[in-house]
This record gives sequence, structure tokens and C-alpha cells, in this order.
Amino acid sequence: MLTAQDRHFRFSRGEMTLREKLWHVSWSFVLLISLVCAFGFLTLYSAANGSVEPWAARQMMRFAVGLAVMLAVSLVDIRNWMRWSYALYFIALILLIGVQLRGSVGMGAQRWIDLGFIQLQPSEIMKITLILALARYFHGASYQEVGRPIFLLPPLVMVLLPVVLVLKQPDLGTALMLTLAAGAMFFLSGVRVWQFALVIAAGLGGVPLVWKFMHEYQRQRILTFLNPENDPLGAGYHILQSKIALGSGGLFGKGFLQGTQSHLNFLPEKQTDFIFTMLAEEWGMVGGVILVGLYSLILIYGYAMSLKSRNQFGRLTGLGLTTTFFLYVFINIAMVMGLVPVVGVPLPLISYGGTAMLSLLFGFGLVMSAYIHRDVHIGRRGASDDV
Amino acid sequence: MIQDNDRSKVIGRRALLLAGGKTALLTMLAGRMYYLQVMQSGRYATLADENRINLRLLPPPRGRILDRNGVPMAVNQENYRVLIVSEETDDLEDTLDSLAEIIPIGEHDYARIVREAKRHRSFVPVTVKENLSWEDVSRIELNSPDLPGVMIDVGQSRSYPLVGLGAHLLGYVSAVSEADLQGSTDPLLELPGFRIGKAGVEKIYDLALRGKGGTSQVEVNSVGRTIRELKRNEGEPGTDLALSIDLNLQQFAAQRLGDESASIVVMDIHSGEVLVMASTPSFDPNAFNRGLLPDEWRDLSTNPRAPLTNKAIAGQYPPGSTFKTMVTLAGLESGIITRDHTVTCGGRMNLGNLTWYCDKAHGTLDLKGAIQYSCDVYFYDVARRVGIDTIAAMAKRFGLGDKLDIDLPGEATGLVPSRAWKKATMGVPWTSGEDFNAGIGQGYLLVTPLQLATMAARIANGGFAVKPHLVRPQLSGSQDEPRETREFASMGISQPSLALLVEAMTAVANQPGGTAYAMRIADPAMAMAGKTGTAQVHHLQTFEHKLEGGKKPDQLPWKMRDHALFIAFAPVVAPTFACAVVVEHGGWGASAAAPIARDVLIEVQKRYPLRSALEPEGCCGTPAPHDHG
Repeated sequence: MLTAQDRHFRFSRGEMTLREKLWHVSWSFVLLISLVCAFGFLTLYSAANGSVEPWAARQMMRFAVGLAVMLAVSLVDIRNWMRWSYALYFIALILLIGVQLRGSVGMGAQRWIDLGFIQLQPSEIMKITLILALARYFHGASYQEVGRPIFLLPPLVMVLLPVVLVLKQPDLGTALMLTLAAGAMFFLSGVRVWQFALVIAAGLGGVPLVWKFMHEYQRQRILTFLNPENDPLGAGYHILQSKIALGSGGLFGKGFLQGTQSHLNFLPEKQTDFIFTMLAEEWGMVGGVILVGLYSLILIYGYAMSLKSRNQFGRLTGLGLTTTFFLYVFINIAMVMGLVPVVGVPLPLISYGGTAMLSLLFGFGLVMSAYIHRDVHIGRRGASDDV
Repeated sequence: MIQDNDRSKVIGRRALLLAGGKTALLTMLAGRMYYLQVMQSGRYATLADENRINLRLLPPPRGRILDRNGVPMAVNQENYRVLIVSEETDDLEDTLDSLAEIIPIGEHDYARIVREAKRHRSFVPVTVKENLSWEDVSRIELNSPDLPGVMIDVGQSRSYPLVGLGAHLLGYVSAVSEADLQGSTDPLLELPGFRIGKAGVEKIYDLALRGKGGTSQVEVNSVGRTIRELKRNEGEPGTDLALSIDLNLQQFAAQRLGDESASIVVMDIHSGEVLVMASTPSFDPNAFNRGLLPDEWRDLSTNPRAPLTNKAIAGQYPPGSTFKTMVTLAGLESGIITRDHTVTCGGRMNLGNLTWYCDKAHGTLDLKGAIQYSCDVYFYDVARRVGIDTIAAMAKRFGLGDKLDIDLPGEATGLVPSRAWKKATMGVPWTSGEDFNAGIGQGYLLVTPLQLATMAARIANGGFAVKPHLVRPQLSGSQDEPRETREFASMGISQPSLALLVEAMTAVANQPGGTAYAMRIADPAMAMAGKTGTAQVHHLQTFEHKLEGGKKPDQLPWKMRDHALFIAFAPVVAPTFACAVVVEHGGWGASAAAPIARDVLIEVQKRYPLRSALEPEGCCGTPAPHDHG
């Protein structure tokens, strides 16, 4: 079906010049991301009672760095990413184990590792590298192969190792996101629906077992989630105050810098996990819906760019990372509105925090890389075939 | 290639499914937003305001208590307090040390301040010291640059500038107790440091004096720091109360009572206004406001002279010979005796194998003479003829044996016995010997000085059932409007009977041989009429003392001495003021109580001369409550 010229053209795409690559960068996507981040800067400015200190300014700097990283990542050939994917996965895995061994305690959980020049959250890195590793594993798999349970064993191990490590930190939110994103990867790769049903059934059966291994505070969070008003001054305080702030914002909000609940500190963690509440208190439902709309646009772009890719690795990587992004958005917003338990997932591109911002932009860089290098042909055996 | 297309189809289809799921979830988020921010918006807006808006109560200034001429007796004093805010000082203890060089801070206080500062949030001011003098305040202000976080705050505290004078009338304010909170809905009571009336007028008129609390709506943040005031509603200040008391006279009377354990009441016989009500010894009501120290309380409560008791209304004494007025009226009104009824006194009277004594053998006396010389034998005879029930009925008509409902708490009822009463309470019948005792105001009889004064007033005003009261209606608050006092019903006593009694009482204090002749008021325009009384404290002692022909009172221990009583009214020419004096264990009524009554009544009449009764000399503006014609 394809002509030799086409093939040549495609092949040459792989050896594109920097100029050509830059030409293929989706600048409207970059603009969209910047727009959401700008929304975040405004909210952080308001969270500090109308000051760029201590959050907005630093967040802007991180965004500038992150933007450069994103572009750099997007310009790296997708085949290189595929080649490095397992190595990156193992590095992330080792870092996770490192956190276990000598992580400093922050926010009541071992999540950070200090590399001297930067404080890293290996679980954030794992969110990307796990996608890359799974994408590489499934890249060469035929539909028939995917149907064989034995074939699914290695990727399951790849998922379970970091999930268990992250759970031990303990970081329920990240574990949940890793599991769900990996699930999406399996689903996209063609794993049979009945197998999913089986796993879900087994999972439900394992709920009591998981409950037993959960930390007290995690159980408490789930219990308060089920009935937050039971304990309005204790564990239910966050959810209740969040709903009060959000609900009192109404349709059009209290106005920029006018959010009473957040400015009077009734709202906890207003610059990080509960920033959506503050935004929705000040901008109202209109602001909230606009933000969700912007997120949806990013998701649509992500889908479109991923599906444009003509190689399975690019498609899987793009869709997997887009799904991770979706999970951030959904879990965070659902959490602050009391739809799911408070699990400590930040609002992507808006919540104050360096590692999340960097890893998200890194992920978008990969999505763009898949798009820029969409016509690169990668054989079933992997990137090495083509070199 | 075909395989790749195949996989491409699978991934495309599944991506579509996944996208569908995500769309549904995002729609759910929008739906949730709609639910919270549109449907439930009102509810959450209310909750948000409850979060951030704190209602603060503003205590209203308490109403003052004035005397009848507007002289303040209970006022609100500015209470300067020094506070420290720990967040405004770098080192709390350093600042406290500097402050301690200006005003002394006790070790105990020092520890309390540091403890409280640690317990509260750093912006909460902690009281260092209260009731600062003006010099202390200015010295602190002067040194304020060296005292970061130290501030002066002005509160109001109740102050009684006259200290012990009128303390029993005013009562005092004190901290709200658990019991006070029961059944009260006034949120003011919940304010820390709020004071309410616990005794006297402060208690009876507490609601009017208290006023209504204002409110201040303030916006607070999550830790309770005040951000700004949103709305303010100044409440209603408490109403000022004017007492019928004349402070000059009150002071004179209290000084005249001196160190005795005694009380005096002077009232207007027509209006019932109490001009003087003093009880000694007194106490300092300011001490209750600031809080009594344990040994202060012990001293007050165990003092045998009972400084905390208002003896004028709560002291109960046998009326002694002052009760002969009632026996007289009972005899006359029942028609059993007339003014010409005579009895020959031989110094004693026998009944069965018991003997009742008189002070001396008076010889043959008619009614007037019997009152003038206070002959006991005469009244043994009258009492025996009339009987206790008739006497009791008369006594009750004159206000004895029941509360007079004066506007003060703690009024005692006294006791007027009757046959039915004795049967009911003791189970044994009344004996004729007890008639004898009642005839001279002894036995079970108990009266309060206020009741005695009221009795004298009712005798003097022509038999109108005047009732005493303390707060003047025209200036008092709306809630506790005192009873209208102008019109009192006639008790229906025949005027000749009253006239005879008045004549005899006049003789007591004006004719030679009268028991109070030595204490007469020489000026005829001011002359008083009265009746002495000596109440026996101890039956055993009295018998011995009579058998031995009378021991001098000062030879007995204080507790064993008789109570001295005197009732009077003046001036005889146009009765206006009634007076009762009781000196506990004072000995003879004629010598211990009558001189006090005389001196006070002279002072009263000087201050309120006949023509313009109840309008003080040289003072205008306070109109006489009624015309004495």
C-alpha cells in the first residue's frame, strides 16, 4: 500500500533536522499548557494573599525550566526513548528502593530523595518510566500474544514492584495512579476484557487483605471519606472545609483574591492538594468548568497526537501518559469535592510543587516526541531493528 | 504490516472506549461542581459565614446606684489592666522582667503569665495585672518603647466609693456562678469576667442595672485571630437607679451606731420611702467584686456581730415593750379595755405557782400611764384579758410576722404566734402564761427592725398600711418598676384608739417619768413620740436577773445582755418620719437605743424641715414625692 517514496520520507523523518523538528512541535499544545499554568500562577498569587512570594514566583521559574525540559525531551528521537526505557525504569526502581533505605521523611511519608542538587520524588519519575517500560514491552506484542496469560506475567511484575514500594512509603495516591495507568496500558495493548474482569474480581476479594495492611491514617481517610461530617473537627475537617469553601463560591465565585475561606486559612493545603477548591471559591463554578475544559483540551490533544503516531510504542507511550494526566486531574478534583478519599494527588500544572511540574512537563515532552517522530518506523523487535 | 494495522485498530477502538470513560468522569466532575456550587451553594455560604464570622458580646455599662439626691453609691470605675501579647515581643520573659521593674509582678503571677502565654495562641493577650493605678499606667506608657507587646486595656469594674456605707442596701456584684446560669438565657452571663448582683439592690434590680449586651460581628481566621469588624450593635446600657436613701443621713446614722452590733431604719410614714437603713458592723462590697481571700471570708462569716447580715431586715428580735403598742390597740379595738382601765402594780403578778415580775411597783396606773412608764404588770393583765389571737391579729395588721416585700433580698418574716400556730408547730396548747409573755413582747415573738419602723409608721400615719421601699419609682428602670407608693389602704383602726396610743407614746418621750423622757427632743417643733423596749435574750438569765433585783447590763458578758429597742416617730405636731433602732445586747432600750433614734430624728428633721418635707435644704430639683399639707 505504501510507496517506496513514502517509506523513504517516513524514514527520513527519523533523521529530521532540528529545524524540521521544531516545525513539527505543536505550539498550540504548548500554549494550552502554558495557559493552564498561568491559571495556576494566578491562584498561587492569590493563595499568598496577593503576593508572588513564596509560591507563584518559584512556580514560574520551575515552569520555565520545565518548559525547556519538555521541548528538549520532545526533540529527542522516540527510538532513543524506547531504547532507554528499561534502563530508565530500573533507575527509577532503584531510586524508589533508595527512598526506602535513606529517604528523608516529609509530610509523614518517605517520598523524597536528596541527590544534593535536587530533591527528587522517585514515585513521580516512576509514573513516567513505568509507562515507557510497559510501552516498550507491549510494542512488539501481537494481539494473539497479548491474549496469553503467561505473556502478561513480566509486565505485571513491572507494575507490582513499584506499586508495592510506593505503598510502603506510604503513598496511596501514587500507588493508585500507577495501577490505574498500568491498567490503561494493558487495556490499550489488547488484554482481554475477561482478564480484567478476573483481576477486578480478585482485587475486590483482596479488599479485606489490603485493609489489613493499610496504615491507620489511610483507613481513617477512607472512613472519613465515607462519612466526612461524622468528624468535622478531626479527620473530616479537610473535606468539609473544602466543600464549604467550594460551595460558598457559587456560580461566579467570590472574585480574585476574595476567597474568604482560603484566605482565612479554613482551607487546608490551599497551595497544593486543595488548590482547586481555592480556585473554585474565587472563580466559581464558571472558573472550575473552564479549567476542566482546558484540561479536556489537553487530553484531546494528547489523544490526537498519540494516535497520529504510526508506531505502537509512540501510541502506547502517548496514550499512557495522557491517561496519567487524566488521573491527576480526576483524582484531585474528585478528591477535593468529596467524591473520592483524600489520597494526596496534586492538581496537575497548578498545584505548588517542583517534581510534579517537572515530571508532568517531561511526560508532555514524551507525548510531543511521539507526535514529532510519528512517522518513524520501529520494527516489532524494537528500536535496535532499525538502526 | 497487517498485524500493525490490526493492533492499530485495537488500540484505536480501545482508546475511544477509554476516552468515553474519561469524558463520563469529567462530566461527573462538572455535575458535582453544579451540585456543590449551585444547588447547595446557599447552605455552604451559610457554613462559610459561620466559619469566619464570630459574634462577640459587648458588655453594657452597669447602671449606677444613686441616693435620693443623686449622689453616686455604686459606680463603674475604669479598670486599667496591663496585657502582654507574646507574638509582639521577641522574648516574653525579657519583657516581663523589664515590666517587673515598673510594676511589681509576683512570682506566682509571673509563672501564670508564662503558662497562659504558652497555652494560648501567640496573638491572644494575657493579663499581667489588673486595677492599675494611674501612675502605674503612665509609667508603663512612658516606657512603652522598651516594652514590646505590652499594652494597657481599659475595662470597667464595679466600685462602691462609700466602701461600707450602705453596703447592706447596695449589696455587691460578683462572678456568675453555675447556679446563676441555670434558667437564664442572657448570653452576657457567659462572658468571662462578667459580674452580676449577688445581694442587696444589685441583686433585686439586677436586670435593670445590667442592661442589654451589644454585639460585634468580627471576621476571624481559622485560628481565631480577628481580621476586621463587620458590624457593631451597641447594646443598651444599664439603667441608673435612685434610692430613697439620703446619704448624709445614712452616714450620720451609721456613725451614730458606731461599733455596736445594731441597726436603724428611718422611713417616711406616708410614702414608705426608706431614708435611712443602716446595719453595723458593715463590710466592703468592693472585696466581693475583686474576689474575697479565704481568710477575709472566714473573718466576715464567723464574726459574732455578723457584718454580712443586714440586721435591719434580717435580724429578728423579741419586740419587748415596743409590742405593748399592739397589745394596747388589740385591747382598745376589741373593746375589752378602755383608756380608763386601771391595774395596780405591786411589782409582780402571780399565776398558779409562777410569778411574773415588773421593774418596780408602779402603783395604780391607767392605760396612758402604763405605756408611759412601761409597766409590765398592766400588760400582763391586758394580755390575759384580750388573749393571744386578738393580739396576734392586730400585730399582723401592723406588718409584724410577715415579709413587707421591701425591694431587698433576704428579708426575714419574724414571728407572731397564735394558739393555732403553737398547736400546729409544737403540738401542745397555748398556756395563759404565754399570754403574759406576749403582753410584754417576749416569748415566741420575733420582729425585724424594718417591721418595727413600719409598725411605728402605721401608728403615726393614722392607720394606713404603708409599706417600705428603697428605690424611687421615677428614676428606676422599666422592668423592675417599683410599686406605686402613694396610696395605701386604711387598716380601719378607730382614730380615738390611735390618738390615745400616740398621746401615750408622746408622753413616753416628753413627760417626766416617761421611759424616754431623758432622751426627749426639746424643740417642740421636732419633738418625737416613742416607745422603749428591752428584749430579754436569755430566759434563765432574765429570771435570775429580775430575782436579784437587776444586774447592771455592763456586768454581764456581751452575749448575755438584753437587746435594746426603740421605736419613734417625729415630729409629734405633724408626724412624718418613723424610726426603729435595735442595739443587739445593748442593755436598756431607753439608754442604748433611744438616744440614737433621737439624734438621727433631729438630723432628719433638720435636713427635711416640716414645710418642705423631703426636700433637702438648699437643694432643688428633687421634688417632694408628695405633699404633707
